[in-house]
Amino acid sequence: MTNHWIDIKNADSILIMGSNAAEHHPISFKWVLKAKDAGATVMHVDPKFSRTSARSDFHVPLRSGTDIAFLGGMIKYILDNEKYFKEYVVEYTNAALVVGKEFGFKDGLFTGYDPKTRTYDKSKWGFEMDANGVPKRDKSLKNPRCVLQLMRKHYSRYGVDAVSATTGVPAKDLLKVYENFAATGRGDKAGTVMYALGWTQHTVGVQNIRSAGIIQLLLGNIGVAGGGINALRGEPNVQGSTDHTLLYHIIPGYMAMPHNGWQTYDEYVKGNTPVSKDPMSANWWQHKPKYFASLLKAWYGDHATKENGFCYELLPKIEKGGDYSYLFLFDRMYRGKIRGGIIIGLNPMNSVPNSNKLRKALDNLEWLVTSELHHSETTDNWHRPGVDPKKVKTEVFLLPSAHRLEKEGSVTNSGRWLLWHYKAVEPAFEAKPFGDMFCGFMGRVKKLYAKEGGKLPEAVTWLDYPEKYDPDDLCARINGRFTKDTEFKGKMYKKGQQVPTFTALKDDGSTMSLNWLYAGSYTEEDGNKAKRRSTEQTEMQKNIGLYPKWAWCWPVNRRILYNRASVDLNGKPYNKAKAVIEWKDGKWVGDVPDGGWPPMATGKGRYPFIMHKHGFGQLFGPGRQDGPFSEHYEPVETPVTKNLFSGQLNSPVYKFVSSDMDKLCKPADPKYPVVLTTYSVTEHWCGGGETRNIPNLLEAEPQLYVEMSPELAKEKGINNGDGVVVESIRGRVEAIAMVTVRMRPFKVHGRVIHEIGMPFCFGWTTPGTGDSTNRLTPFVGDPNTTIPEFKACCVNIRKADKLTELAT
Amino acid sequence: MKLDRRSFIKLAGSSAACLTLGQLGVSLAPVKAYASGIKISGAKEVVTVCPFCSVSCHVIGHVKDGKLVNAEGDPDYPINEGALCAKGAAMFSMTTGKHRLQKPLYRAPYSDKWEEKDWDWMLDRIARRIKDTRDKDLILKNEKGDTVNRLESMFLLGTSHAGNEECAIAHQAMRSLGVVHMDHQARI
Repeated sequence: MTNHWIDIKNADSILIMGSNAAEHHPISFKWVLKAKDAGATVMHVDPKFSRTSARSDFHVPLRSGTDIAFLGGMIKYILDNEKYFKEYVVEYTNAALVVGKEFGFKDGLFTGYDPKTRTYDKSKWGFEMDANGVPKRDKSLKNPRCVLQLMRKHYSRYGVDAVSATTGVPAKDLLKVYENFAATGRGDKAGTVMYALGWTQHTVGVQNIRSAGIIQLLLGNIGVAGGGINALRGEPNVQGSTDHTLLYHIIPGYMAMPHNGWQTYDEYVKGNTPVSKDPMSANWWQHKPKYFASLLKAWYGDHATKENGFCYELLPKIEKGGDYSYLFLFDRMYRGKIRGGIIIGLNPMNSVPNSNKLRKALDNLEWLVTSELHHSETTDNWHRPGVDPKKVKTEVFLLPSAHRLEKEGSVTNSGRWLLWHYKAVEPAFEAKPFGDMFCGFMGRVKKLYAKEGGKLPEAVTWLDYPEKYDPDDLCARINGRFTKDTEFKGKMYKKGQQVPTFTALKDDGSTMSLNWLYAGSYTEEDGNKAKRRSTEQTEMQKNIGLYPKWAWCWPVNRRILYNRASVDLNGKPYNKAKAVIEWKDGKWVGDVPDGGWPPMATGKGRYPFIMHKHGFGQLFGPGRQDGPFSEHYEPVETPVTKNLFSGQLNSPVYKFVSSDMDKLCKPADPKYPVVLTTYSVTEHWCGGGETRNIPNLLEAEPQLYVEMSPELAKEKGINNGDGVVVESIRGRVEAIAMVTVRMRPFKVHGRVIHEIGMPFCFGWTTPGTGDSTNRLTPFVGDPNTTIPEFKACCVNIRKADKLTELAT
Repeated sequence: MKLDRRSFIKLAGSSAACLTLGQLGVSLAPVKAYASGIKISGAKEVVTVCPFCSVSCHVIGHVKDGKLVNAEGDPDYPINEGALCAKGAAMFSMTTGKHRLQKPLYRAPYSDKWEEKDWDWMLDRIARRIKDTRDKDLILKNEKGDTVNRLESMFLLGTSHAGNEECAIAHQAMRSLGVVHMDHQARI
């Protein structure tokens, strides 16, 4: 989230799209309803009518996978009707930047496309530079190659008729949402966007969010109270686990994973540190070497020196452009190329697409370590229905893990707040925290290498790694320490003392930090700030619900990101009634500003979007794999044969693998005419591995069902409560029919298309509840993230003759 | 004057000038009798964070004699203000239920059953598996001759249920071993 949960109350217009916040982030809705009570309009755009829709001012159903068409229509509406916040757009976004002549777009493809590799050469999308190497700007916005004019041209195709025929949303409903949300394109109004997996889980997931980013920048809604792009992050600590990076492509603190093209520390630093020639651009990532060196120093301790590139050469290097995500991992596993691994607190045999393939793939492992609260479809895959365990070779280790109340440590919420949880009781039975498991086996692996030697032993033996899991000490190490006596801002710090902030980090080996973003969270001066529980606030902070002394928030306790875009060039808030920061008597008051420089008008300021090289909000985003503007493409499995916006039916760069189990049905396949979307329920958590074991939760939601419209039910001869079979080209799933007006047929391309919806929280280890819905979904991924397309695929549905997976 | 729950209790308890309900003519005897019998009286309050969605509602666990006796929303936390959804409200039963895994379990290759083992046995064997895999499969150079130090045949999946400190050491451990196949819920 650019903002935070409480801040939702400040919005004048709330667009909930790709999320069912009331059911999946129930407590967030407290703040949505506060905004509504204060007069905000709440709009829910989603295929299914849910409790979010029920509490919104209105619900607008749209066909799954057509969000970009919907939002592209809104961008066109904002531009055509001059609803954008002009001063903000000119001064703070890249609207005025002039794009290079090589950029172009034709029939669904941007320039630079290579059909052989299915990738773009992004160098074709650069900006024009002046003689000093600074991007050319035309603040009049008249240059036909400036971003705003190119954007006008790009989205000119997104007229209401084409959008309506694609999304299935009637024109009047489109306009209702566009008018309401676009009305926030002025200084004294704010609109917020709340999204979740309904946007990310598509082959155009990133561009769904980019579309909202474009809208929010046009309307001047980024950096302000009640604005922002707010990802309702799903998992309990998914913000923290992303920051600390249980992902292949980055290392902690959002730095790139080393690849084979960067063989040395110097090559890595050169390849990853952006340079701006514009004195007005803060270009914050210019400091990356300090954060990178401090991370390596934290990993390898005294062994990491400036002379040896802080042990950089010991690190693994991915193959440049290589993909090591779930999709490719499971495909390699299916092909027998993976020997063993660790799956903890995760149930991919239920919650990752194409489960039938995944379940077979897992059989190919020699060994598997798991750690869970309960048995799951993953831990017990070796004796799943229909499989003879005597033929499965995998050696499986299942370790009982501690529950939240049984361990202490920190987590980071969606609003980036660092929160400490205390240990209430000893872990039940023989359970232990994951931390004990990691320290337990790594200590042993280190000893084995010390004793026996082996391949590249120093990568392991030189590691500065805790022998015993101590969350408090690790939390302090995440903040970072001085590794020698150092003076910082007139104060002496001893070796081993905590760094006060990330500006104290250096690339000479004198500091260590496991994550620069968290520097400042645990200091000599204030201790562990995750534990703070003070509601102290100034009147200005109270007015917008900021609690600067409750816990701590990255970066530097800044609660609303890019907040310098909430003030004009003189540092005065655009919205005086809901000011986030203000320049008063020579200093900033309110939230922690995005950099302490004085206002822009003084000539000593910096552009507010400090994490971007040029300092501007990116209406034109040249860094993405699938284009600098968003473009509608149909889901990979689609009920239509044409894209009304171009000749390119699907994303030209979506990711996929090919095997005998990765089948995709053809466009508008008559065998699979119905669109399927999947979702969670309030009472179960994602794949359900945990909550299905809680009797009171299972009683509330006991069995797999499929929601379908009365019209489709009639067509298929299905009654409410009937057992049904849902089939895709990849698998079949049994469910109970729930015939409901919550699902409605869509009028798309001049004909009726039906959509059904299913939860995915049931699995065979809880007998009688049903089994993985993801046996139906395809494993195809977004080109930027490889997040799979759970939310839209094609199936058929029929009444079941007999049920075997469900208790009746 | 806005009071949070704790300052209210403190104020009510310390202020002799405060009118009590008793002084207003209300008999507190039945309320007191009930309070002395409720399960959280005398319990220690421990603050935790709900382990589901990332609203991160705060929950108070009540502990008596080393045992969890209750869990409920933390009214002082400015985000959830004491409220919890169905899952958060089930914190007590999910922590104390008998459905939990009780001991480390081991399934030998081609076996049709779990066997109970102790933690040390499991960790020794896991460490051996990891080291043997790494020594067999670590790729020091790619086909072009670039140094890559990659262990492609081992992976880590999960988890956003882990705390920040656990994630930090999980990442560090995997990179030191050369693991590149690493993923979790953030990509789902």
